[in-house]
Amino acid sequence: MATKTVQFEIKRQASPDDPAVWERFELEWRPGMNVTTAMMDIAANPVTASGKPTTPVTYDSCCLEEICGSCAMRINGRARMACSSLVDNLEQPIRVEPLSKFPLVRDLQVDRAVLFENLKAVKAWIPIDGTYDLGSGPRVYPQQQEINYPLSNCISCTCCMEVCPQFNEETGFVGAATIAQVKLFNNHPTGKVLKEERLRALAGDGGIQECGFAQNCVEVCPKKLPLTNTISDVSRDVLVQKAKDFLRG
Amino acid sequence: MAAPRIIVVGGGLAGLSAVIKIAEAGGTVDLFSIVPVKRSHSVCAQGGINAAKNLKGEGDTTWKHFDDSIYGGDFLANQTPVKLMCEAAPGVIDLLDRMGVPFNRTPEGLLDFRRFGGTLYNRTAFAGATTGQQLLYALDEQVRRYESEGKVKKYEGWEFLSAVIDSKGMARGITALDLRTMELRSFASNVVILATGGIGAIFGKSTNSVVCTGSAQSAVYQQGVTYANGEFIQVHPTCIPGEDKLRLMSESARGEGGRVWVPRTPGDKRPGRQIPEAERFYFLEEWYPKYGNLVPRDIATRAIHKVVYENHLGIDGQPMVYLDLTHIDRATLDRKLGGILDIYEKFVGDDPHDVPMKIFPGMHYTMGGVWVGVDQMTNIPGIYAIGECDYQYHGANRLGANSLLSCIYAGFVAGPHALNYAKSAAAQEGDDGHAAELARQTELNAKLLKNEGEENPFKLWRELGDTMTKHATVIRYNKGLKEADEKIVELIDRYKKVSLADRSQWANTSFAFARQLKNMLELARVIVQGAILRDESRGAHYKPDFPERDDERFLKTTKASYTASGPRFEYEEVDTQFIKPRRRSYDAVN
Repeated sequence: MATKTVQFEIKRQASPDDPAVWERFELEWRPGMNVTTAMMDIAANPVTASGKPTTPVTYDSCCLEEICGSCAMRINGRARMACSSLVDNLEQPIRVEPLSKFPLVRDLQVDRAVLFENLKAVKAWIPIDGTYDLGSGPRVYPQQQEINYPLSNCISCTCCMEVCPQFNEETGFVGAATIAQVKLFNNHPTGKVLKEERLRALAGDGGIQECGFAQNCVEVCPKKLPLTNTISDVSRDVLVQKAKDFLRG
Repeated sequence: MAAPRIIVVGGGLAGLSAVIKIAEAGGTVDLFSIVPVKRSHSVCAQGGINAAKNLKGEGDTTWKHFDDSIYGGDFLANQTPVKLMCEAAPGVIDLLDRMGVPFNRTPEGLLDFRRFGGTLYNRTAFAGATTGQQLLYALDEQVRRYESEGKVKKYEGWEFLSAVIDSKGMARGITALDLRTMELRSFASNVVILATGGIGAIFGKSTNSVVCTGSAQSAVYQQGVTYANGEFIQVHPTCIPGEDKLRLMSESARGEGGRVWVPRTPGDKRPGRQIPEAERFYFLEEWYPKYGNLVPRDIATRAIHKVVYENHLGIDGQPMVYLDLTHIDRATLDRKLGGILDIYEKFVGDDPHDVPMKIFPGMHYTMGGVWVGVDQMTNIPGIYAIGECDYQYHGANRLGANSLLSCIYAGFVAGPHALNYAKSAAAQEGDDGHAAELARQTELNAKLLKNEGEENPFKLWRELGDTMTKHATVIRYNKGLKEADEKIVELIDRYKKVSLADRSQWANTSFAFARQLKNMLELARVIVQGAILRDESRGAHYKPDFPERDDERFLKTTKASYTASGPRFEYEEVDTQFIKPRRRSYDAVN
């Protein structure tokens, strides 16, 4: 019996200065197979469909269970996590390419450090006094926890930024992921002490007003964060903050 | 004098905890991590973190937490550090709460707790079923705060290759590889804190992330650091079998009432839901009436093995059993277990709200690790180890939800100790060792890059994983373990003929992997040979030919040291000053 196979087309680029080429692979199908399994199979046998030796594919991956946020890439044109992309749910040939909005490193690997820089800029942390024993934290009621917890599920995969028409060099837009973290920390009884600073950080160029409400972010988010509602809420807070700052002179 | 710079390798819970303590005390840290620290393997922890806060009116105490942990670990852990950890636990939870971890809450706004394996108390604080992710993020945020103040410099995308040790045998820094530019560099520091996590990759498929290779631990082991209790490997009872990895299905599923069962009739072809209650065999509940589905992991894993391989009752004849949540209402499941149920549905295609999950045990955690003292320092002055890569908190079997605690606690211990050590460390005399170590690493890299032969490192790795999983996990026989050791020796030999399909000097992942593989092979021998020598059964280490615990001969810590011809073993007395070892048994009714 002939083995069932899976067809892949993978965009390869040896470095940012090298030309991009597409390579075809034909791999043995296995039940439950995902796109990261395909990458591992290629590493163990780096040969294209036409029998030409090639190199193992460079890509980011870590947990393989869609919680670390590493393996975001474009699969059949859509930004998603390679580990939770099962080949049985994808049309073949499965076309895999790197995220397009971030500097390319090699093959499917890109540099997403901009998100971590953005998180610094909005002070996405709780300013605790110290780690010594200061007793229990503030009371948080379950109703509040149920609002905050989903926002804290962001895995920094940057899919929301990849699909946002406004996320580009021209606007310098921070993107939905960072805005969600602003809401999370502003909601916290201690975190809100930095609320004004966070809102001001979102008020300037590249801030929240760049959002064009295309709503692609909420559609593509693998963790289903309520991104568009969050952007609306934070937009309103930023406007109020701007008004207050204006009146204060 | 300026505050000393300290190197921390690894940015999971343990590493970040140490970084925070050092930065808070005025030190500065160079933090190295293969991945951006926010993507570290700690995010995979699901169920929760233990602390005897006694917020459920059960009379829980830190002593009971201590006793459960020592008993659960079959008395192999040194008792002093475990006792201190359990006593510190309530304060750790308070701190995490203050850092903003979105823990689940009671109606009154207090922390909620659930039950986990190996205890009769609701002692586990949790944030849905993504507790590790939430804890890691909280620490990551605090470290980002220190980073923005200039107290922490991150080297993300750098891989630790070795320690730099001077002519007096003291740590003086590390060598590391930039995984993008492939630049090799050495970095100076009197203190190196290793927080490099687990070793799952040695077993091929496990619940671990792909970065959990144990390569760093193995590298320092080969430089003279002692490795302890390597043979104690936790196989988690409930995982989702997969082609690329075994995905964890948290113990919290059972903590919230999940039941494990198989059809009473071998080969029953009906879908699980159609099998009536009377025809289901809830074997954990029958065999262990007091703890039921919440027996410790080693016990549950062996029970599943027995029901599948001895009683031949696996689902449809396959090595799988049901983990059933369908009797619990949807809203409760979503509130308490949402994250992991989504994962099951995404990867398997069935909705666990409606259909019992199919699970099987998988390699999960190493209780063994780098030998350290109570201050977390290894036998080489200046080198510390914390988190899963140290050996000291879990004995022969770790209780669920103690790992997040041990990571953070060990980081909190190591940070201040390391800073004090760095301030007082003897000044450099003679050669600092940097030039020699750089030369050694340069040569290793050059040799690997131009090596010719017919071996593919990824294929060798699969063979290693197969033999380790077959011989060195749930059930161990000396004959099989010896076969595994011979296989590893063969693989070490074949490794000499590894040739890389990619010889470039830019983001070359197979090069980095091949370096890790060599270290995995050396550490695999420590695991296998340690298991051969331990002719008893204790915790996760189970030999049918030696089914009883033998305190006379083996209530001892295994210590392995590297030699060119293989590991050399010695044994150390265990600190049992607080709780006298007693027979470990979870099947009693009372």
